[in-house]
Amino acid sequence: MINSKKYFIAFAITAIIFGTAIFVSNILSQKKLEDVRAIENRVALDILSSETQFALLEETSCRDIGPGFLSKELGSLGEKLTYAENQTGFDNENLEYLKRSYFLLEIKDYLLMKRLATKCGIEPTFILYFYSTKDACENCERMGYVLTALRDKYPDLRVYSFDYHFDVGAINTLVSIYKVKSDLPALIINGLSYYGFHSVEELEEAVPALKEFAARAKALEATATSTAETD
Amino acid sequence: MAEIQTFILYCSLFVSLFFEVFLLITYLEVREELNLEENYLSKDIQKFPTVTIIVPCFNEERTVANTIRSLLNLDYPKEKLSIIAVDDGSTDGTRRQLARFENHLQVSVLLKENGGKHTALNLALEKVKSELVGCLDADSFVNSDALRKIVPFFDDSSIMAVTPSIKVFEPKSVLQYLQKIEYSWGIFLRQMLSSIGALYVTPGPFSIFRVRVFTELGGYAHGHHTEDLEIALRMQKHRYKIVNSHGAHVYTVAPTSFPALYRQRVRWTYGFLNNAIDYREMFFNKKYGHIGIFILPIAASSIFSTLFIAGNTIWNNLSRAIDASVKFQTVGFSWKLSPPSFDWFFINTGVLPILASSTVMLTLVILYLSIKMADGKVRISRGIFYYLTLYIFIVPLWLAKAVFNTILRRQVNWR
Repeated sequence: MINSKKYFIAFAITAIIFGTAIFVSNILSQKKLEDVRAIENRVALDILSSETQFALLEETSCRDIGPGFLSKELGSLGEKLTYAENQTGFDNENLEYLKRSYFLLEIKDYLLMKRLATKCGIEPTFILYFYSTKDACENCERMGYVLTALRDKYPDLRVYSFDYHFDVGAINTLVSIYKVKSDLPALIINGLSYYGFHSVEELEEAVPALKEFAARAKALEATATSTAETD
Repeated sequence: MAEIQTFILYCSLFVSLFFEVFLLITYLEVREELNLEENYLSKDIQKFPTVTIIVPCFNEERTVANTIRSLLNLDYPKEKLSIIAVDDGSTDGTRRQLARFENHLQVSVLLKENGGKHTALNLALEKVKSELVGCLDADSFVNSDALRKIVPFFDDSSIMAVTPSIKVFEPKSVLQYLQKIEYSWGIFLRQMLSSIGALYVTPGPFSIFRVRVFTELGGYAHGHHTEDLEIALRMQKHRYKIVNSHGAHVYTVAPTSFPALYRQRVRWTYGFLNNAIDYREMFFNKKYGHIGIFILPIAASSIFSTLFIAGNTIWNNLSRAIDASVKFQTVGFSWKLSPPSFDWFFINTGVLPILASSTVMLTLVILYLSIKMADGKVRISRGIFYYLTLYIFIVPLWLAKAVFNTILRRQVNWR
């Protein structure tokens, strides 16, 4: 009496839609991870290029270093990896590998930045940020917002973020060099450690270079306002 | 916990998709038949059976006169059609309105103390002498050709009841426009259920029965305030055939305000759940065909899956709002003059969003077919907009209340 064929057909079509959804989602996730990998390759190449340029510096002057000396893509790379980490459907093994590469690239960029600062007498403007994804870190999320806001405000500021519990030897070495405790979030600014949450204003106080940036931004704003008023 | 939640979500989406695919396959199977049926119904009727229409009224002074007038205007031989209006102890001017028809040859008026709709219907059923009997709620009106589009179905001696297509009468408010689209969906669904013999409600507005249904199965029951659902389930249980005539149009005055709509829908959902409990032996029982094996279980489970999906959506949006508020409290709004850059990377391409989009797409296809079936053509109207944007937010409210009431009532009864 019941046309069971119809149920089978409906089931098969539904299963095909489900299968297609899973397949398409996987393909797109893979494509996203390939994008991340491509950015990582570009950053690695940028760093290699900068290192080579830096080696040549022995024979030339700091003036030859252009504004694009350090890679500009580290920030967006970090955002993409954080997004991928918070989504389901990404291949965890691949993601772990990309995160590992990202942390290493950050450390290489950081070392280059330090050497550049020493060689050319530039005030280093960078923050080392340690967070955690494993245990509950109540303030890590808020700290992340502050650092993103700071990076938006001062594009020259370099924020190097590291997952404290991620098993990478170089991160462990950084942790032991700066004696970073597990009381996260932790920030290393000019060799000093700051634990817990710090607002944008507090960090602007703590990083002298940012103070200069802030003063410069204010002066620019004041000029812009007075020009507008004169007009 | 999160895994269980995801598993239930996947199951709910699978069942929703399966049901939509099932409906579409059924539509493809029967659309030819629907055209043939239309041709058959447009032919002249050779033999007109006698018909009685019962109009139960309780405080319907504003609409009852028009309801009876629409019945008197039916294109049907006058000597074959009689109307029994029953005043179920109204406290407004309903009796005064009914008195205007007392001298009409086709109309008889019965007065009684308030006892509920089923008692009014049963009182009238005692007086019925015709071959067919129907009911028309006193807030509904019929198209003049409605009965002519129903009666030919009874040429088939196995058909015991015929349901009509119900439309919203002259929508004016946002909620009425929304219900207009919802009723179109209902027209499509009822037609599909009819073609697989799985109608589980014979709506109050103008469902027509053979009188022997009531002599053999008894009169209307209270049915948890949904006597039209109870009688349909009783008929299905006794394997009495119910079909739908989508060409027979009946108009009903839909609730204008949200509280009225909410009360009506809580009653409907509560009625369905409790009648489903009363007729639970039909569930997953092959003996009853599609209605037992598939339609009743899916109709009951869809209440819970809708509530689960709605709860999940609310929870996700709430946590997103909390995140946004934490961000705002931490760094304030970031005013950027440059336009936001688009990066496909940040579009959620997980399995669940893709499946949800597929379900929505199939819903839109069914909505298109429903409006086409109800109105003959599809026009982008404000009702569609209201339906797509508001409906999903209000449905969970009455579903939750009906489930809550059912659990509470059952607990009280069990003690």
